[in-house]
Amino acid sequence: MHTVVLTKGVPDFREGQVSFDEDGHLERGKTPTVMNPNDQFALEAALQTRVRHGGRVSVMSMGPPGYKEVLQEAMASVYADDLFLVSDREMAAADTWATAITLSAGIEKLGEPDIVFAGFKTADGETGHTGPQANWCLDMPLVTHVISLDVDEEEGILRAKRLVEGDIEEIETVETSLPAFVVTDPEFVPSYRSAGHRLTLKDLRKETKERAEHYEDHLTVWDHTDVNLDPDYIGLDGSPTIVSSVDPIPKAPAEREATMVDPDDSEAMDDVLEAMQSALAGDAAAAGGD
Amino acid sequence: MTEYEHYEALVVGAGPGGAAAAATFANYGIETLVLERGVEAGSKNVSGGLIYAEESAPYTIDDLFPGFREEAAERPITTYRIHNIAGSKVESFDLTRLHEHDTEWSDAVLRRKMDSWLAERVHERTRETGGGLLTDVHVNGLLREDGKIVGVTTDELDPITADVIVAADGVNSELARDAGLMDWDEPEEWFQGVKAVVDMPADVIADRFDVGEDEGAAHLFSGDLFSGVRGGGFLYTNRESLSLGTVFHLDSLVAERAEPHELLDAMLTHPLLGQWLDEDYVEVEYSAKLVPDSKKVALREPHFGRLMVVGDAAGQMQAQGPIIKGMNHAVSAGALAAEAYAQAKSRNSPEDAGTLYAKKLKREGVMQKLRPQGYELMRGITERDSVTDLVDGVLTSSVGRFGIRALSGQLERLYNTPALSSMIPDTRTPYVTLPTVIAEELGTKIRETNDVSPPDLEARIENLTYDTDIGNPHITLLDNSFEASGAAVSACPVSAVDFGGGCYREEFVRTNGSEERVVSLDTQPCVECGTCAVVADTEWTHPRGGKGVEFNQG
Repeated sequence: MHTVVLTKGVPDFREGQVSFDEDGHLERGKTPTVMNPNDQFALEAALQTRVRHGGRVSVMSMGPPGYKEVLQEAMASVYADDLFLVSDREMAAADTWATAITLSAGIEKLGEPDIVFAGFKTADGETGHTGPQANWCLDMPLVTHVISLDVDEEEGILRAKRLVEGDIEEIETVETSLPAFVVTDPEFVPSYRSAGHRLTLKDLRKETKERAEHYEDHLTVWDHTDVNLDPDYIGLDGSPTIVSSVDPIPKAPAEREATMVDPDDSEAMDDVLEAMQSALAGDAAAAGGD
Repeated sequence: MTEYEHYEALVVGAGPGGAAAAATFANYGIETLVLERGVEAGSKNVSGGLIYAEESAPYTIDDLFPGFREEAAERPITTYRIHNIAGSKVESFDLTRLHEHDTEWSDAVLRRKMDSWLAERVHERTRETGGGLLTDVHVNGLLREDGKIVGVTTDELDPITADVIVAADGVNSELARDAGLMDWDEPEEWFQGVKAVVDMPADVIADRFDVGEDEGAAHLFSGDLFSGVRGGGFLYTNRESLSLGTVFHLDSLVAERAEPHELLDAMLTHPLLGQWLDEDYVEVEYSAKLVPDSKKVALREPHFGRLMVVGDAAGQMQAQGPIIKGMNHAVSAGALAAEAYAQAKSRNSPEDAGTLYAKKLKREGVMQKLRPQGYELMRGITERDSVTDLVDGVLTSSVGRFGIRALSGQLERLYNTPALSSMIPDTRTPYVTLPTVIAEELGTKIRETNDVSPPDLEARIENLTYDTDIGNPHITLLDNSFEASGAAVSACPVSAVDFGGGCYREEFVRTNGSEERVVSLDTQPCVECGTCAVVADTEWTHPRGGKGVEFNQG
C-alpha cells in the first residue's frame, strides 16, 4: 500500500514558543515553525496502514525551504519512508485553492497512491479546506472526520468510523473503494490488536529515529516545473481569496471579582451556598418573568 | 476452529525468569514472543535487591547475558553481616562465609535498570528468530480449546496461541492461578516485603560502609525492633543509593495487626542505623512486594499441559533465615523450562516438556534448595506451638541465657552453617526470640543517635508514579465486612488505620439504627503487591497494560 500524508508547517502556538507584537499580531520571525499538530493523526493513520499492509508512507508539504525541518519532524515523530517538499518562489502567498492545486499535482507525480491522508485543519489558517480541495482535483472518494480505519486489501475497500458532530455526537461507519482520500479527526486512534503488528511498529519506530537524523537522504524537493504547473495557477496569482485584514479579538477584562474560600471553612462555605442559591433564584425569577 | 495469531513459544513477563526463558528459546532458534505488562520491563518489578550466581546453578544470569554485572547491576556484595537487636543493644555476626557458600558472585540490583537492560537484549535476540518483546500488554488468562491450554488472552491484543507457554508473570501470576496451580488462600505461605530506596552519593557510601568502588555491603536486622512480628530487615548498598527494607511472614503481620510502613520506620530510625543514615535522609521510592515461601509453595510439578511456570509465579523464592534467594532460581528455572521444551521437541514429544522441566529442577538441585529436606523433616516438630513455647521458654530462662553465653564463641560459626539455615522453622524463635536473647546477653549498647525522619505514608504515595486506569479498578472487594476484609486496612502497605489516603479504609455505616463496621477500597494508590488478595476477600487482577503504579527504581 502506498499512502501519502499531507502536512504543513505552522507557528508553534504553545506557550513560551509563540510571540505576539503589541497589537496582538503574530510575530512569525520570532515564532518557531512546527508540524501542524493535527497532522500527527494523519501520520498515525498512515503508519497503521503501513504496519498492517506494508508498503510505503510518503509525506508531502508545500512551503518555503524551511519546511524541510517540518518534514523531518513528521519523520521523527511518527514515521515516513520518504519526504517531498514542493517549494518555489512562484508558490508563495498561496490561498487554500492554489495550495490544493499544487499538492494534487505533487500527488499525481507520485503515481497513484492507495490512500491520501490529511489532518483536520491547520493551527494557523483553521479553514479545513486544503485537504478536500486537493481531493477535488484528484477526484477520489473523500471521507472526513475519521476516528478509526480498517483496510481490506483483497476487496480494495476502506472501512472507516467517522465522527458526526451535531446536537448528539454520532459515530458513522462508512465503506468506500480504494484509492480514497481520508481526513483524520483529532480523535483518531490507531489500533494494533496483533502482536505481529506491534512488533513491526516497534521496528519502524526504532528505524525512523535513525532515518530522521539523515532525513535529507530521503527528501525530494520539487519546483513548479517538476510538477508541471503554470505559475498563473499557483501562489498569489492563482489565489482567488485574499486575506484583507486580521483583527485580534479583544481580550476579556483581566480583573474579575473573586473571593477565595477555604473548603474546610464551613461558615464561608455556607455563604457560597447562599450566594449560589440567590443567583439561581434570580435566574428562576427572570425566567418566570418572561 | 478460530484462526489465532500463533508463535511457537510465548513467555509472559519480562523479569529475570522470563528473560532467561526467552534467551534460551532464542538460543535454540525458537520463535518466541515475550509479553510484559509494564510500560517498560522492570517498571512493575520490585525485589529486595540481591541477585546471586550460584556455583552449583545450571544457569546464571551473566552466562545468559554477558555484560550483565557491568551494565545492569549495582555493587558486588563483599561484606555480609547480621545484627541481633534488643532495645539499644546489638550483637553482630559476620555472615560473609554463609553468603559466599556456593556463591560465584552476588550483586545488588535495582529492578527497573536491570530488567529494562535485560529486555532490550531479549527483544534483539527473540526478534532474530521471528518473535520479539512487547511492553504494555497485560496477559489476563489462558486460552483453552476442548479443555486444553492452547494460548493466552490479553487486555490489549486478540488471543494468541503457542506450542509452549512460559508463565513468568510474578508472584501474583494470573496464569498459575488460572491453571489451578496456585491460590491466594493462606497467609502462612507468603512473606510481604516493603522497601525504601534512599539516595546516597558514592563517596558517602564508600566512607560510611568502608567499601571500595567495586565493593558493597549487606546488613540484616532481627530481634525485638519489629514489635514481635516474625521477619527481619535488610540494607544493601547500590552504586548511589541504598535499598532498605523489611520482610515479614504475612500471617504474623495480620495476627499482630502491624502496619508494614511503621515496621520499616522502626528499622530506619533505630539507633544502629545512625552510623549509616543521617538527617539528610532522602527517600527516592517506597515499594512493596509479596514473596512466596518456597518451603511451602514451590510447585513440585510447575507445569500443566503446554504451560510451564517459573520464578515467583511457581513459588520459587528461597527465604530461609538469612538466606534470601529468588532471582537466581527464576533464571535457572526459566532457562531449564526452555531447554526442556527444546529437547522434548527434538525427541518429537513436545508434550513432555513440562514433565522434563520438573525433572530438571530436581536433577539440577534447584528443588532441593527451594524445599530443603531438613525443613520438611523438622517442620512437624519445630513448628508446633507447644514446641515453640517450650523452646522460647527455655531460651529466655536463665538456663537458655547461660547456654547462649556459653555458646558465644561458636554462635557466629553456627549462623554460618548452610544446613542449619535451611532448617530454620517459621516460628518466632529464630526471628525474634533467639536474636533478642543473643543481643541481651552478648550485645553492646549502641552509642550512635539516629536523626532520620522518614516520610509519612501520604508523602510516600505522593512520590510514586501512577497512570491510574480511572473507572476501571483492577481489584474488586467481594465482601466488604470488616471480618472478611478488615485485615487489609493494616496489612496493605499503602493503607493504615485512620489514614484516609490509602487503598483500604475502615468505615462505619449506619443502617436501620445499627452501625456496621465495613471496609472500603480505592485502588488508586495500589502498589500491586497482592497482599489484599490473600488477606481480604477480593477479586484480584493486575491493571491493564501500562496502567497502575510505575516503579522507577524497583
